[in-house]
Amino acid sequence: MGDIWEGLVAGFWLVVTLDPDLVEITLRSLQVTVTATVIASLIALPFGAWLAIRRFRHRRATIAVLNALMGLPPVVVGLIVYLLLSRSGPFGVFGLLFTPTAMIIAQVIIITPLIASIAHQSVRDIWAEYHDLLISFSTTKRQRIATLIWDGRRALMTAALAGFGRAIGEVGAIMIVGGNIDHATRVLTTAIALETGKGDFALALGLGFVLIALAVAVNIAIHAIGQTESEGKW
Amino acid sequence: MIRVLACVLALTGTASAAEDLKMAVTTSFHNSGLSEILLPAIKEDTGIDVQLLVVGTGQALRLGEAGDVDAIFVHSRASEEAFIEGGYGTHRREIMYNDFVFVGPGADPAAIAEATTAADALTRIAQIEAPFVSRGDDSGTHKKELSLWDAAGVSRGGDWYRPVGAGMGASLNTAAGMNAYILADRASWLNFGNKADLALLFSGDPVLFNQYAYIPVNPELHPHVKNELAIELEGWLTSPRAATLINEYTISGETLFTFNAQPAF
Repeated sequence: MGDIWEGLVAGFWLVVTLDPDLVEITLRSLQVTVTATVIASLIALPFGAWLAIRRFRHRRATIAVLNALMGLPPVVVGLIVYLLLSRSGPFGVFGLLFTPTAMIIAQVIIITPLIASIAHQSVRDIWAEYHDLLISFSTTKRQRIATLIWDGRRALMTAALAGFGRAIGEVGAIMIVGGNIDHATRVLTTAIALETGKGDFALALGLGFVLIALAVAVNIAIHAIGQTESEGKW
Repeated sequence: MIRVLACVLALTGTASAAEDLKMAVTTSFHNSGLSEILLPAIKEDTGIDVQLLVVGTGQALRLGEAGDVDAIFVHSRASEEAFIEGGYGTHRREIMYNDFVFVGPGADPAAIAEATTAADALTRIAQIEAPFVSRGDDSGTHKKELSLWDAAGVSRGGDWYRPVGAGMGASLNTAAGMNAYILADRASWLNFGNKADLALLFSGDPVLFNQYAYIPVNPELHPHVKNELAIELEGWLTSPRAATLINEYTISGETLFTFNAQPAF
């Protein structure tokens, strides 16, 4: 109990004094995860919508695989990305290992199936409602996807936020591909792992509370921008 | 999409700019806190931004073999020599040493505080089958521990022997939680924040000597490694300035490392 209290106090002071290291790793956490979420959403949202309206032979199997990939173990993704980006791996020439870019790549792989899966579920419901209307206007496939994404934007935002949530708290993959280098690839989660290793539980927990607060703040900000849950909107 | 790509490129650009040098070091070196003294001084004197990858000796050697780092700084002589023989590193330069210590429950049920040698201490632990936490991660400390067990010639199979497969700090946390015996390097132990009921019980046997060495990765094998910077860093690490900083680094009044680099030929 004492440790938890000390953690709260440590977290409070880190935030109040705007500790420069804390600001740096917090911004890097945001930079990596926001970039990964944007890239993953650009892939996953159209793919989820496409999957909802398109009928093809292996659709069922594709959806099942997609749902299964939601549980992709980050540490395995990290290891595979590591081996691919290593100097002795196929993409070694780019020198991307132990850079924020490598961390973004790993996170995109982890969260794309999650976002696509949730997006597919939501778009499917809207498609059931819009099906006759969009068919009767003889819209093209592209127009249908665009309409469904736009009208389902709030549900899809939830999908993107779920991806953000998974990525911001993830440590297994980014520890392997980022290497937790001070002033280069250290983010909140890897810093927490490091401080725990040093036995400095108060600081680790303090960083943990900062991480939770950050996730909450981002969600509130997005909802404020999207004006969900306000009167007259659904 | 273009904006995203530009963003990604900008990220990559900032990460690889300036005089960055990637060096794989052992968790025991980093947990000692010495890196926080040395890195700013290196930056100040040479302008090199040393980026540390804190891993076990086993992984550090793998990173060097793959060419993912420019230099390694580890402490496991046999593996280091194999690394050089394999052509992965240009040469091995001894920099400093510290020592390993046996840490265990304050009550010391195996009475290792009265042991005469490291082998004797391990025999005592094995006799009463007291819980013992092993790093189990192929690190320099782990290899040292295994060689000590072999030297003691006692069997370590059983529930009381727990390899945790983690870094020095994490293993110490586990030992603190289980109130178990563990082999640690002195620096990590002194710098460790969660000592709980553990205490330093045995040290001083010459076999517990722990030599750290610096190895630049071979540029002939990996043309992209920054060999010039690695050599410049070696020059700094063996300089009088490094000697002063290393020898004068203390935690609660105890000296942790002793500088023993030989001057250049």
